[in-house]
Amino acid sequence: MKKYNNLVKNALGRLVPTEINGNPAIPYQGVGKYKPSGRKYAPPISSCSDYPDDGNKLVKNLKEALIKSGLKDGMTISTHHHFRNGDLISKQIFDIAHELGIKDLRWFPSASFPCQEPIIEHLKNGTINRIEGSMNGALGKFASEGNMKGLGVLRSHGGRYQAIQDGDVHIDIAVIAAPSADAFGNANGVNGSAACGLLGFALADSQYADRVIVVTDNLVPFPCIPWQIHGNYVDYTVLVEKIGIPEKIISGTTRITKSPDRLLIAEMTAKFCDEVGIVKDGFSYQAGAGGTSLSIGIYFAEMLKERGLKARFIRAGSNKYPVQMLEDGLVDYILDGQTFDLEGIRSMRENPNHINTSPFTSYNYHGKGNFSTMVDVVVLGATEVDINFNANVVTHSDGYLLHGIGGWQNCLFSKCTILPIPLFRDRIPVIKDEVTTICGPGELIDVIVTERGIAINPLRTDLLEKVKNSNLPIKTIEELKTEAEKICGVPDKPNLSDEIIAVIKWVDGTVIDSVRKVEIS
Amino acid sequence: MKQKISTSGNKGPGIRSDCFITIELTDNPGINIILNSKVNALYGNSIKELVKEIFDFFDIKNSKITIEDSGALPYIIAARIEAAIKQLFETKKEFLPEFISNNKYHTNRERNRISRLYLPGNTPRLMINAGVHKPDGIILDLEDSVAVNKKVEARLLVRNTLRQLDFYGAERMVRINQIPIGLEDLDYIIPHNVNLILIPKCENAKQINLVNEKISELNKEEKTKNPIWLMPIIESAKGVINAYEIASASDNVVAIAIGLEDYTADIGTKRTNEGTESFFARSQVVNAARAAGVQPIDSVFSDVGDMDALKENVKKSKALGFDGMGCIHPRQIRVIHDNFAPDEIEIDKAKKIVIAFDEATEKGLGVVSLGTKMIDPPVVKRAQNTIELAISTNKLSKDWKTK
Repeated sequence: MKKYNNLVKNALGRLVPTEINGNPAIPYQGVGKYKPSGRKYAPPISSCSDYPDDGNKLVKNLKEALIKSGLKDGMTISTHHHFRNGDLISKQIFDIAHELGIKDLRWFPSASFPCQEPIIEHLKNGTINRIEGSMNGALGKFASEGNMKGLGVLRSHGGRYQAIQDGDVHIDIAVIAAPSADAFGNANGVNGSAACGLLGFALADSQYADRVIVVTDNLVPFPCIPWQIHGNYVDYTVLVEKIGIPEKIISGTTRITKSPDRLLIAEMTAKFCDEVGIVKDGFSYQAGAGGTSLSIGIYFAEMLKERGLKARFIRAGSNKYPVQMLEDGLVDYILDGQTFDLEGIRSMRENPNHINTSPFTSYNYHGKGNFSTMVDVVVLGATEVDINFNANVVTHSDGYLLHGIGGWQNCLFSKCTILPIPLFRDRIPVIKDEVTTICGPGELIDVIVTERGIAINPLRTDLLEKVKNSNLPIKTIEELKTEAEKICGVPDKPNLSDEIIAVIKWVDGTVIDSVRKVEIS
Repeated sequence: MKQKISTSGNKGPGIRSDCFITIELTDNPGINIILNSKVNALYGNSIKELVKEIFDFFDIKNSKITIEDSGALPYIIAARIEAAIKQLFETKKEFLPEFISNNKYHTNRERNRISRLYLPGNTPRLMINAGVHKPDGIILDLEDSVAVNKKVEARLLVRNTLRQLDFYGAERMVRINQIPIGLEDLDYIIPHNVNLILIPKCENAKQINLVNEKISELNKEEKTKNPIWLMPIIESAKGVINAYEIASASDNVVAIAIGLEDYTADIGTKRTNEGTESFFARSQVVNAARAAGVQPIDSVFSDVGDMDALKENVKKSKALGFDGMGCIHPRQIRVIHDNFAPDEIEIDKAKKIVIAFDEATEKGLGVVSLGTKMIDPPVVKRAQNTIELAISTNKLSKDWKTK
């Protein structure tokens, strides 16, 4: 029996459910088309008289905090992913819930990582009904093969904020692991052995959850400065021995790539930006933590240095490379959403021009504007792109969930969105007639840079005009697709069932696509 | 029958775009295909069809084949299967993938050979994108970078690569094994439009002649029209002494290269970045090449991480008179091009000569002169090369005459 039979075609022609886990859902209508009205969601009214005057909200342990928070069946539990692959807290929450015989929880992480594989146990034993957040690695495989009880929901970082603000997701209990905190609940990510830089992904959770628990292994006397999370939102604090594994918090992906092919793509991307006039005094860019993106930053830095120019700001994912640019005077500010290495954390601690941001400032659909639209150029990855420039970032070409959306959808709103990607990976072409899963509509994706040529979205006649006389290898996206298929052969369609195992939300909360179950052959 | 089970190819951590084949001849009729592929969902069916086609071609009716595939392109899978089959029984038949039309070009004697990228001949992963890095030449190496027990399968891989991989206009080169073994390699490359053959550890003209004899023998059967150039590599004290003899051994020798790792070992010393120990040999090679009218090409620089040292090395090499250098990593190509490229003074001089030549041609004059000086045709040719080189290395705009 299929759980979701009532599907409608959304504005991109994709079949999506109108009901998700028992709640109504709205199909995607187009960019900027859906605007809900009414008032934002608000947490219950609290009274300070219910909290200790001495500010000491410490309870014995996480279990006690969860019990006091009223943990029961069907609740929504949120966590953040600033500890990346070194998270030690999420699993404990569900171990405790299981021990207490709690069922059908909704886990609402800002992202999941391979270290969370053991949580599969709680998806199997019924403690967790579903994950609403990214599902990677083993979790992705588990969900893709149709093993998760509820329907998965994937949202962007901004979409998560939006969902919290418009009441789509009501968080019952937010558990915020913090590298540094005081007993009142003020917390930050810049100090302590599990320092991760900032806690921006937990901001909405702290503001909107019914109950907020801060867990730390580095309890400092009041006040914990800076207070990236305000203790005034916090119900309970918990001291544990260890909240994360520092060497796994620091990401392994934040190194400049050594692959000559990726370096070539990075170089072509930087040249393209230069050719169309993006690289100039006072410009801004956002580059992710992948090897190719990092290398593009290096090429930008070289150009700025050579010409005596200075960028105004870098939106990051920071690590030692943007930090170096900040310290060399090649950029005025880093507006940082997450820090990837010790240099990034040090800089955020020491440099007032290295600013911690949150999805609220950068990505939130219900904000009165967003930083992301002001960025001159953003460089993003993708697993697949179709000939209409629609792109996929969550599933592999064989249909398996592979990545989260992260800030990807939100970043598409920059002035110029570039996807530097290899034309094929091993044998698998990246450009398709139709992507397995649409995560971003083609109208927002401007340029595809591959090692064998650059395709510009025909909607961007301005960019096409600017490169008319350049030496850049400009091709149509159809030409690139044909070129890849000539080398690799035309791929078969992956073996996917009609059954839906997850949905992809657009930044406004509408459903842009469905993810289908993979048939195991 | 030689044996019942054979294998070919590569597998394991770090191996990509390759496959490992095990074929077992069985007593039961039928072909049993066991496919374990990274790209099974998208290409599983086409891989199985390819297997059937190859087995039909070689008339194999009962066997079990296991393919462990890390995303190999079809011509790579075909080469691996053929290599395994040929261990099981003798056959002259060759399963040749289509020769793509982009690869039908030939190259000129005088073309730039500033950079030539070495690729291990049995490592498909490194070959697939080589052309997009725009080296002047791409060398599929059958010699030192291929393990002794992999030499036979590498030949088939190189053969198929010559037919199917788009070289994007780079000169299509193969380094064969040392003569005489290298002569057997020629069977697998001559019929497939190789543009240039590198002859390693060359010590005398006789080795060149042996190669040319084998080429014409093969060409008699195949009727290949395109020229096949030779680039002997001098890697020993004896080779250095015989450099001129080698460079002038035959009309199709277009360049001689020096290989310093082997040379320094041969003279009983170590290679240094400064290169004092090889100064004599490098100069001798440059001199012999110039005397014979061929291009002198320098040795590879092996520290792929140090671009500054490479740059210094290139500058020295250019100052010694070399026209180009080998590379073992695509990132070296740009550094080599940029630093072999003509400088402003050279470009200015070349511009004047080319303009003078154009004017003379326009007026129908047989003699080109610049001021009161007569310009010989080779000087014009050199100036034209300098301009081309300046354009191809982005030192000069394509439309410099009108701008």
